[in-house]
Formats: sequence, structure tokens, C-alpha cells
Amino acid sequence: MRALASLVCGFVFGWGLFISGMIRPEKVLGFLDILAIPSGNWDPSLAMVMAAALPVAWVGYALARRRKPVFATENEWPSQTTIDRSLIAGSVLFGIGWGLVGLCPGPALENLASLSSGVIIFVIAMAVGTLAHDVWYAGATALTQAKVADG
Amino acid sequence: MANFTPISAAIGGALIGLSAVLLMLLNGRIAGITGVFAGLIDPVSNDRGWRATFVAGMIIAPLSAAFLGYSIPIPHMPASLVTVAVAGLLVGFGTRLSNGCTSGHGICGIARLSPRSIAATATFMAAAMAVVAVTRHVIGG
Repeated sequence: MRALASLVCGFVFGWGLFISGMIRPEKVLGFLDILAIPSGNWDPSLAMVMAAALPVAWVGYALARRRKPVFATENEWPSQTTIDRSLIAGSVLFGIGWGLVGLCPGPALENLASLSSGVIIFVIAMAVGTLAHDVWYAGATALTQAKVADG
Repeated sequence: MANFTPISAAIGGALIGLSAVLLMLLNGRIAGITGVFAGLIDPVSNDRGWRATFVAGMIIAPLSAAFLGYSIPIPHMPASLVTVAVAGLLVGFGTRLSNGCTSGHGICGIARLSPRSIAATATFMAAAMAVVAVTRHVIGG
């Protein structure tokens, strides 16, 4: 049932990206291009997507906090609260990649439906980047632990 | 603002918010694509099922739209495949390092009023806007 529920959620999410136009990287770049504001060619649609999504999620999450999930034992709310170097450095790197192509992870995966070779290459590179981080992180953690163990 | 599509953007945005709420109410999870994807491709993951179906649902959405007579958008990608690959690497590494992207930080995190997610969203938006300013108006202009 968890898998089916998640299929439905992914489907609704996908329709949201599709209807809003956020599946199209050129539309996302139209939002990111703030220097187009003076010429009147700026596209604020992405801000409108967030303005509509946030109150829905805010109200829904308030509701979700009061109950246990239907198909799981606990709600898994994120526990990290610190604004640290990893958060900022990671966000800068992500932002650079996002600005280069106009694809963030959701639309990248959804665009696999088009079987576009550019999207396939992007998603493979995204997977390599994700795994590279995990390997690097595991190595860095092991090194820190070794240092601690060494005293 | 000839390209602005406020109504479809608002409807689509509301659906994205609804999806995030449903995933929490039903499965108790945050609808962050970074985490969904990382847990899906992690070689030692033991929690792939719901992640795989979530991504499948996302991919089925435009296909079902095509079934209803809409055309599946063919994304405009940069001509240089090197640019595409570098961007993909940066997005994969960066989102994993900061533990979230446009969905996890930008929607779910801000909806929780998390200062961490607000900081992340402001940072990746600013970085992306700076890159587009350079590629379109400095190099491209």
C-alpha cells in the first residue's frame, strides 16, 4: 500500500510540474533570468508555483503533525536545523548546475518520459554526482572517526 | 511579462503542495526529490519500493497527459553535452551535500518554516540567477 500511495503522490507531483510548466527547463530559466525584468521578458511563474504550493503544504503539514501516517508508524520530519557550511556550499553548487541547464532533480526525472538524450545524460551525471558525494562523505567520516580513535 | 502564466502556475503549484501533504499523511515522508532519488540509487538502500513508485508516478504523469491529447514537452537542452554533464554532476553532488533541492527545501522545508531550508533556497536561487545572468547577458549578450 505504501508503494501505491507513493505512486499516486508522484503522479500528482508530476502533473503539478507539467501543468505549471516547470517541467520545461526553458521556462525555469525564464524565471531565473532576472536581468530580463527591465525589458519585460521576465517570467515570474516559478514564484507563483511556490506561492500556491506553500500555503497548501503549510496547512496540510499542520494537519499531518497531529496524526500518525496511514501506511507508516511515524512521520519522518527532518531533524537537522543548523545552517552550516555543507548546506550553503551544496546549495551554491546545486544553483550553478540548475542555472546552467534549468533542470532540478524533479523535472530532470520527469523529463525521462521524453527519452531525450540530453535528459538521460543529465540524470546519469546527477546519479554519479550523488554517489560521488556519498563515497566522499563516507571517506571523510571514516577519516574523522580514525582521528578520534587515534586521540 | 509576456511569458507569465499565473493561472497554470498556481494550479500546478497547488498540486505539488497537495502531493507533499499526501505523502506525509499517507507514508510519513517528506516529498524531497533529492532524498527520494539518493535512496533509490544507493547500492545499500533497503527502502527502494516507495521511492521507485514515486519516480514512476512522476514519469507516468506526462505520458498520461499525452494520452489525453497534450503533447509531451521536449525539453530544450544546451547544445553542449559537456555542459549538460557538468550541470548534472553539480546538481547531484550539491543537492546531496545540502540535503535537498527545490522540492525538499524550496517547498517542504519553507512550508515547515525551517530557517535552514529558507537559507538553502535563497542560496541556490541566487547562485542560479547569477549563472543565468552570466550565460545570457555577459557571454551570450
